Amino acid sequence: MKALYFAWVRERIGKAEEEITPPQGVKTVADLIGWLSGQGEGYALAFENNKTIRAALDRAHVKHDAAIENAREIAFFPPMTGG
Amino acid sequence: MRVQAETFDTAAETLALTEGRTDLGAVVTFTGLCRDEGGVLASLEIEHYPGMAEEEIGRVVEEAKQRWPLAGVTVVHRFGLIKPGEPIVLVVTASLHRTEAFEAASFLMDFLKTKAPFWKKQHLSEASSGGWVGAKQADDAAAERWKA
Repeated sequence: MKALYFAWVRERIGKAEEEITPPQGVKTVADLIGWLSGQGEGYALAFENNKTIRAALDRAHVKHDAAIENAREIAFFPPMTGG
Repeated sequence: MRVQAETFDTAAETLALTEGRTDLGAVVTFTGLCRDEGGVLASLEIEHYPGMAEEEIGRVVEEAKQRWPLAGVTVVHRFGLIKPGEPIVLVVTASLHRTEAFEAASFLMDFLKTKAPFWKKQHLSEASSGGWVGAKQADDAAAERWKA
């Protein structure tokens, strides 16, 4: 699936997007954050305060307990400052 | 409903909603501007999630139309580099009476502030980067008041 990163999440990880293949056990957004945190220092830094990280599955806001299922796209970002 | 880098013309957008109509009694426009924060800000860089930004704005516009009897709604949100004094966001609501036009415009702005996938980064007048703007609790509280 495609993973997108925005604002300082993108800056800490070092990329705006990538294709990811999470292992079998990863079912929820929280599971995915846990798995991504182990992918490298930048990821660990981006997700270190994971309570403040927001997520969107297929472009809709979701909570961390949401099931990923067959979503094609997931995005991680800080709280929004639009408007 | 547009997400774009270019600036916009509030008067032209208003006219687009009202031209040729004689049934309307109210048009409310809100324009969000880039402040210079007391002279400290050189520019604002707005990042966005293409695709989701349009979808999210579309969703909240639909919700506004469900909650209030509106004859027309326009939302324009810019991204990219914005200088102090320039407009960032526009909300226009048109209706028969003023109450729904005012309330819907306020509702839309509260949601744009908390749910629209845009992120602002400040570039200060001094050489260093000002960093990412933090979301405000006051904005979340303002958005909460619209929940039934």
